[in-house]
Amino acid sequence: MPNTINIPTPLRPFTEKKEAVEVSGATVGELLADLTKKYDGLRKHLYTDEGKLRNFVNVYLNDEDIRYLQKEQTPVKSGDTLSIVPSVAGGTVDGYGD
Amino acid sequence: MALSLGPGVDAAIRAHGVETYPNECCGALIGRDGVVVTTYALPNTTEEGPRRRFLVRPSDYQEAEKRAAQAGGDLLGFYHSHPDHPARPSQYDLDHAWPFFSYVIVSVREGVSEDMTSWRLREDRSAFDAEELTHA
Repeated sequence: MPNTINIPTPLRPFTEKKEAVEVSGATVGELLADLTKKYDGLRKHLYTDEGKLRNFVNVYLNDEDIRYLQKEQTPVKSGDTLSIVPSVAGGTVDGYGD
Repeated sequence: MALSLGPGVDAAIRAHGVETYPNECCGALIGRDGVVVTTYALPNTTEEGPRRRFLVRPSDYQEAEKRAAQAGGDLLGFYHSHPDHPARPSQYDLDHAWPFFSYVIVSVREGVSEDMTSWRLREDRSAFDAEELTHA
């Protein structure tokens, strides 16, 4: 049985407007890799140039933040659901020196 | 690209920015087909100093998506204020931006709202492009 990843609104243009995508893999990282293999345009919005998940990209395995599990190494079971949930952040020019 | 603000939306964003001044406000833009029908004010949960930062935490983001669905619309983006700073996006805004969302920024100077602008992240994440802001 494949796993499902729930896709937030701003990433759905990359997934043919699908709200959920079926993927397969043994860990959270493998599910995400399967997702970006299917929809390559997602990669730069999920990962930094160094290949790390961006810090405003939150990934939940069922209802648990993977940061409090084993992050991308967290094993997944058949039927588990991943959710990508944005944090939205910003601010003024101060503080970054520009 | 253009974003149209429905009746009362411009005033609601400005009022929120004035209310939270000198801190930043933030909220969701809900509507359809490029027209914002309503806003959903959200708490600024940043721990980095709310005068210069805002943060919509994941649980509030999910609530905003739910509200949009309940209203029969889409989440079109987010607004926030720049207290005593211009209504243009910062590098910090760019680093944290999501594609396809509209980012409305209102400048609030000394407690009075001034310019309001809207921006979209460029496809390659290299910059924001200004989008025309109109009133429906």
